[in-house]
Amino acid sequence: MTAVLEVRGLGYELPGRGKREGGRVLVDDVSFSVAAGETLVLLGRSGSGKTTTLKLINRLLEPSGGEIVLDGRPAAGVAPYRLRRGIGYVIQDVGLLPHMTVEQNVGLVPRLEGWAPARISARVRELLALVGLAPDQFAGRRPHELSGGQRQRVGVARALAVDPPLLLLDEPFGALDPITRAELQREFKGLEGRLGKAIVFVTHDVREGFLLGTRIGLMQEGRLVFLGTAEEFRRSTHPEVRAFLEAAA
Amino acid sequence: MSLIRFYLSNSREVAGLLGQHVLLVLVSTAIAVAIGVPVGILLTRRPSWRRPVLGLANVFQTIPSLALFGFLIPLPLLGGIGARTAIAALVVYALLPIVRNTYTGIVGIDPAIREAGRGMGMTDGELLRLVELPLAAAVILAGIRVATVVGVGTATIAAAIGAGGLGVYIFRGVAVVDDRLILAGALPAALLALAADGLLGLVERRFAWR
Repeated sequence: MTAVLEVRGLGYELPGRGKREGGRVLVDDVSFSVAAGETLVLLGRSGSGKTTTLKLINRLLEPSGGEIVLDGRPAAGVAPYRLRRGIGYVIQDVGLLPHMTVEQNVGLVPRLEGWAPARISARVRELLALVGLAPDQFAGRRPHELSGGQRQRVGVARALAVDPPLLLLDEPFGALDPITRAELQREFKGLEGRLGKAIVFVTHDVREGFLLGTRIGLMQEGRLVFLGTAEEFRRSTHPEVRAFLEAAA
Repeated sequence: MSLIRFYLSNSREVAGLLGQHVLLVLVSTAIAVAIGVPVGILLTRRPSWRRPVLGLANVFQTIPSLALFGFLIPLPLLGGIGARTAIAALVVYALLPIVRNTYTGIVGIDPAIREAGRGMGMTDGELLRLVELPLAAAVILAGIRVATVVGVGTATIAAAIGAGGLGVYIFRGVAVVDDRLILAGALPAALLALAADGLLGLVERRFAWR
């Protein structure tokens, strides 16, 4: 099994502008790899560097050190916009463009890629059905006419539009009520198996991590302090792991 | 009532001046949009240029309009007597609201939305065309609306440098101390400003996406 995503010694330091924040290291020597069909859950407190790590992978931020390899090719050699079109990206809450309909949002990356309108439309319907939204009912709606859960479904559909091998999800279910969240987690669990994508999933919810992750990585102050299966996570004696387990108990 | 009789007996002249007036405003606003919107976009890409450019546009705005028309007359290319000079002056006045609203409209977009666009793989041009301009459209149009309404008023002074327009009646009325003549120019100019305001307001509402 070859890795879809390989991250080696990744680092990110805030550009020093002589301010207080300048030179602060947000991500420090992070290494992991994710294969097709595998979900790596990045756990950590707020500010531990997990969201920053995701943004380094799709180069919304430029790494100050280390290397990212996608499908065997170094990401640094690819134009950032090209790279991002090949990576599905789902973020909490505001990821949808408010002036576009559901159909336009989901069909956006195919449109950027120059697909024919008929092909885009067919793909959008297929994806909406996949995430459990009736295409006839939802295609013409705007994001503000959707519930939080429906918005996140659209976000997942959009990330899958051009069938990228890698998905990055940044607390996609974080802003949802507990019942909707549980529902989406279950459905996402089902999707994981069917899609066979390499997934990096950022959350601060240990239970979500156990449910969805093939492996769990725990970040603390910019470093990856634990990486292993859920079983290994439960047995770990690392103080930060214990803190998370106790908080979830 | 005598005003109506005046319009009836001078209908050709009135229509001609009204046409000149509309043309002065249309041409100058169109030029100001063609310059102001790109400049506003440029400022969002080069934040350090914002202060000097908006500052300069602000200074232009403070020049009394009659003085600006006067200053322009001796200039080569732009200057002279007639519509060309008037249009140059009107462009100068229209620039500030258009540049400023283009800039603030784009900068005011939630950074998370911009990042979502980039995260999906938009180039800078695609981000501008598909996200920033549509979302800022209502604010930009509000700037164009202000510029147009102000332009209708300022264009009355263009008559002072021989550019025609409804100001012709106003200046003539002032010269011969005839209220009726002043009103003959001022009233249609005011109605024109109201019409432009209402019309552009409608367009603006179409672009409000919420």
